[in-house]
Amino acid sequence: MNACKGRGRSRAGETSVFRGLVAQRLVALYAGGWVLLNFPLLALWNRELSVFGLPLFPLALFSGWALLIALLAWVVESDRSERGERDAGR
Amino acid sequence: MLSYELVVGASLAYLLLLYAIAYWADRRAAAGRSVIGNAWVYALSIAVYCTAWTYFGSVGTAATSGLWFLPIYLGPTLAMVLAWVVVRKMIRIARTYRITSISDFIASRYGKSPALAALVAAFTVVGIVPYIALQLKAIDAGFAVLTAPGIGLEAPAQPWWADGTFYTALALAGFTMIFGTRQLDATERHEGMVAAVAFESLVKLLAFMAAGVFVTWGLFGGPVDLFERAMAVPEIAALMTPGEDFAYGRWFALTLLAMLAFLLLPRQFQVMVVENVDERHLRRAAWVFPAYLLAINIFVLPIALAGLLLFGAGGTAFADDFVLSLPLSEGQRLLALLVFIGGLSAATGMIIVEAIAVATMVCNDLVMPRLLRSGRLATRADLSALLLWVRRAAILLLLLLGYLYFALAGEAYALVQIGLISFAAVAQFAPALLGGMYWKGGTRAGAMAGLIAGFGLWVYTLMLPSIAKSDWWTTGFVELGPWGIALLRPEQLLGLAGLDPLTHALFWSLLVNVGLYVGVSLARAPSAAETSQALLFVDVFERTAQHKPVFWRGRAQIDDLLALTERFLGRERARRVFTAYADRIGAAGIEAVVPDARLVQFVETQLAGAIGSASARVMVASVVEEESLGLDDVMRILDEASQLRAYSRELEQASAELRAANQRLESLDRLKDDFMSSVTHELRTPLTAIRALAELMLDEPQMAPAQRQQFLGIVVAETERLSRLVNQVLDLAKIESGHAQWHTDDVDMRALVQQAAQTVAELLQQRGASLHVELPAALPPIRVDPDRMTQVLLNLLTNAAKFVPAPGGRVELRLSHDAQGLTVEVHDNGPGVSADQRELIFERFHQGTEGGARPPGTGLGLPISRQIVEHFGGRLTLREGGPGACFVLTLPWTPPPGPGPTDAGPRPRTTAGDDR
Repeated sequence: MNACKGRGRSRAGETSVFRGLVAQRLVALYAGGWVLLNFPLLALWNRELSVFGLPLFPLALFSGWALLIALLAWVVESDRSERGERDAGR
Repeated sequence: MLSYELVVGASLAYLLLLYAIAYWADRRAAAGRSVIGNAWVYALSIAVYCTAWTYFGSVGTAATSGLWFLPIYLGPTLAMVLAWVVVRKMIRIARTYRITSISDFIASRYGKSPALAALVAAFTVVGIVPYIALQLKAIDAGFAVLTAPGIGLEAPAQPWWADGTFYTALALAGFTMIFGTRQLDATERHEGMVAAVAFESLVKLLAFMAAGVFVTWGLFGGPVDLFERAMAVPEIAALMTPGEDFAYGRWFALTLLAMLAFLLLPRQFQVMVVENVDERHLRRAAWVFPAYLLAINIFVLPIALAGLLLFGAGGTAFADDFVLSLPLSEGQRLLALLVFIGGLSAATGMIIVEAIAVATMVCNDLVMPRLLRSGRLATRADLSALLLWVRRAAILLLLLLGYLYFALAGEAYALVQIGLISFAAVAQFAPALLGGMYWKGGTRAGAMAGLIAGFGLWVYTLMLPSIAKSDWWTTGFVELGPWGIALLRPEQLLGLAGLDPLTHALFWSLLVNVGLYVGVSLARAPSAAETSQALLFVDVFERTAQHKPVFWRGRAQIDDLLALTERFLGRERARRVFTAYADRIGAAGIEAVVPDARLVQFVETQLAGAIGSASARVMVASVVEEESLGLDDVMRILDEASQLRAYSRELEQASAELRAANQRLESLDRLKDDFMSSVTHELRTPLTAIRALAELMLDEPQMAPAQRQQFLGIVVAETERLSRLVNQVLDLAKIESGHAQWHTDDVDMRALVQQAAQTVAELLQQRGASLHVELPAALPPIRVDPDRMTQVLLNLLTNAAKFVPAPGGRVELRLSHDAQGLTVEVHDNGPGVSADQRELIFERFHQGTEGGARPPGTGLGLPISRQIVEHFGGRLTLREGGPGACFVLTLPWTPPPGPGPTDAGPRPRTTAGDDR
C-alpha cells in the first residue's frame, strides 16, 4: 500500500491543488484574512474614534474586508499564463 | 400604504418575468448559445446565498446589536479565498463521478453507502424546511408592511385563500417543477433556473442599493451627516463601538459557521458545484462574489441608523422592516415596491434553488431506494418519467411543508435565529465532506457516527431550546435541565457556561462530530469499497480519465447494462449515451462494445447522475455478476493503473524517440542524395570541357600549334581540377565515416602558421595583395594532426586570396591564445559574406556567388576544414559584421571527451560547405 502511495505522491501528488504559487498565495491570504478579521487585531479598532466623520470600528471592518477582496482579486487575476497551461494539463 | 391588489399583482408579474427569463435561457441553451457560460453569471448565481434574511434581517441585526450582521458575509468571503483550492476540487469530484447533491457526495465518498445518503438527506430536510419557511415569512412580512395603513401598524388580515404568501409558494413550486425537472439530465444542470437566479441576484442588489442611496442622500446629507447625527445618540454610538463587552468568541464562531454553511448549504452546492459550467469561472467568481457581498452590505448600517433616528427607540420592534418602512414613511411608494420586489427576489431565488437541491436528495436518497427495494417497480420498463414525478412531488411537498411551518411558527422567531439554526445544521456535514476530500482514512462508520452525534447535539442544544422559547413547550428543561439535572441543561451542557447558545451549540456539536468522525474512522482499517472511493476522491486531480483505476471485477452482459440504463434514462437517451461510449473507445457499434469493467463503471456513473451513486451501485450490482474486492485487490488495481500510466508514458517517450530517429534518417538520406547529385554535377563540368576541347582538336588536324597548345593547357588544368575534386570527396567521405588516418602529435602552432603564410605569400603577391601575420611570442604545444591543420590554414588563406580585390588586397593572419585554447583569424578585405550566406558557405558545393561569376575551386574546402577542426574539438566560424570576411578557427587545449583524435567511430555530420 505504501509503495503505491509513494509512487502517486512523488509525481502526481505534487500536481495536486496545493502546488503552485497561486494556491500558496491563496492559503496565505486565507490565514491572513482570519487574523485580520478576528480578535485580537479586531480589538485595535474597537474604540471611540471617528475618521472622516465615520465611526472607526465599522470603517475598519469594511476596509479590511475590501482589502481582502482586492488582494484576492489580484492573486486570481494576475496569473493568466499559469491558468492556461496548468488547466490544460489536468 | 399600497393596495393589496397592486402588491400581489406586481409580485405575480415579477414571477412571470422570471418564468420568461428561464424559458429564454433554456431555449438559448438548447440552441447551443448558453447565456450562463461566463464567470459573471456564475458569480451572480452564487449570490443566491443572500436571501431575504440578508435583505431584511441584516438591517434588523444592525439596528438592534450593531455589527453582528457582518460575520455571515465574512465567512463566505474567507471560503471564497480558498475556493480555487477547495471548491474546484468539489467541482472536479462531482463532475467526474456525476454527483448531484451533498448527500450523494458524502455517501459516494464512503463506499456509496445508501444508509449514509438517506441520513444526510433526512437531516437536510429537517434543517432546511425552517429556512424555507423563513423566506416565506419574509415575503409575508413584506406584504404586510406595504399594505399596512401606517408604519408599525398591523395589516388587515386576509383569509387564507387570499394569502399572497401561499400563492407565491405555489407559483415557486410551479417554477421549480418546470425549470428544475424539465428533463432528466444526467448532469443535473438547469440553465434556465441559473439564469433566473442570476437575474434575481442583480435585482436584489440594485433594489437594496437604491434604498440605501435614497436613505443616505435623500433623507440625510450623505454618510458623514448620517453617522454624525447617529453618533450623537449614546445608544446608537454604543452599537457602533461595542467596547470591551464585544463577544469575540461568538464573532469567530459566526464567521466559521457562515464559512461552513456557505460551502455546505444545498443551494450553494447546487449553484457552485452542480451548475458550474467551467471550473475556470471559479477564479473570477472568487472575488466577484465577495465584492457583491460587500456592495449589498454597504448600506446596511446607514439604513439601520436612519431607521433608529427617524422612528426613535420604538423602531427596534420592527427593525427588520426598515428597508421598506423608510421609503414608505417618506411617501416613496414606488421605491418601496421596488425594494419589496428585491426582497421577493432574495426569497424566491433561495426557495427555487433550495427546492431543486433538496428534492434531488429526497428523490434519489429517500424515495427511490425504498421504491426500488420494495420490488413494486420490478415490472416497469421505463422509470425515467417516474423519477421526474417523484422530484416534482418532492418539490411541492417541500414548499408546502415550508408554508405549513411558516403558518404554525412564523411569528415565533426573529428571522436571524431561524437562519442560524439552519446554518448550524448543515455545518454538521463539514467533517464528513471536507475531511473526506483530503483524508483517505475516513470511514463510513466514522462519518455516520460523527453525523448522528453532531446532529443529535444540534437538535438538543439548539433546536429544542428554540422551540421551547417560542412558548410551545415548557422552558423548564432549558433552564433547569431535563428531570432537573443541571449538567444536562441544553444551553450549558456539562456546566459549560459563558457562551451564547449558538456558539455553545456549535462548539459541542462540531467537537463531538469531528471527534467521532476521526475516532471511529481510526478504530478499524477502511474496507475495500471505502478505500477505493477514498482514492478516487482525494486523488481526483492525479489521474486523467483514461488512467483512473476501475475498482470492479466480474462478468457483465452488454444487453443487461443497456436495458438497465434504458430503464432510468429512457430508451433514446440510453442509446445515445452508449453510442457515444462506443465511439469513444473505437467500437463499431453498441453491440461491439466489450462489457468490461470500464463499461460497467461508465454505466454506473451515468446512472449515478440520475438516481444517485448509492442506488446506482445497487442497481448495477443487480444485473452483473461481480466478485467482491478485498483491500489487496483494490491496492493491486491501483498499482496496475499507476503502472499502466507509467507504461503509457514510457511508450509515448519511446515512440517520440523513434519518430525523431526516423526524421534524422530521412534527412541524412536526403543529404546523401544532394551530395551525389552535386558530386556528379561537379565532375561533369570539367569532363564536358575536356571532351569538347579534345573533339575540337580531333576534328581539326590543321589547328594552329599555338591554339592547340592553349587547348591542351586547359585540358590539363581541368584534369587537375577533376583529380583534386575526387581526392577531396574521398577525403571528406573518409573523415565523415571515421576511417580517416589521423597522425596526432604535439604541434607548435606558431611554426605551422608561419609555414602556411610562406606557402601562400607567392600566390598573394601575384594578385597584388599583402599579407600581415601577427604571432604571439611563445605558445605551448597543442595536440593536432599537423598535416591536416596545414590543409585547413592553406584552405582559408587561398580562399582569402581568391576574394581580395585585385589591386590593394590585404589579408591578415592572427594567432592568439587564452586559457581555453588558441584562435586563428584569417581576415581579408574582400566583399565579405552576406548574413544569409554565413552558414551556407560551410555546406558542400555551395560556393559564394558574389560578383556573379562562379569562383574557382571545388566547393569542398570549407566543409572539409570544418570537419577537421571539429575533429579536434574546435570550431570554425565566420565572424559577423564586416568589412571583408573574417574566418575564426578556435582549438581547445584539451579536446572535450567523445569526439577525439582516437575516436574512429562514425561522427554526426555537421553542416558542410566550401569556398564562398
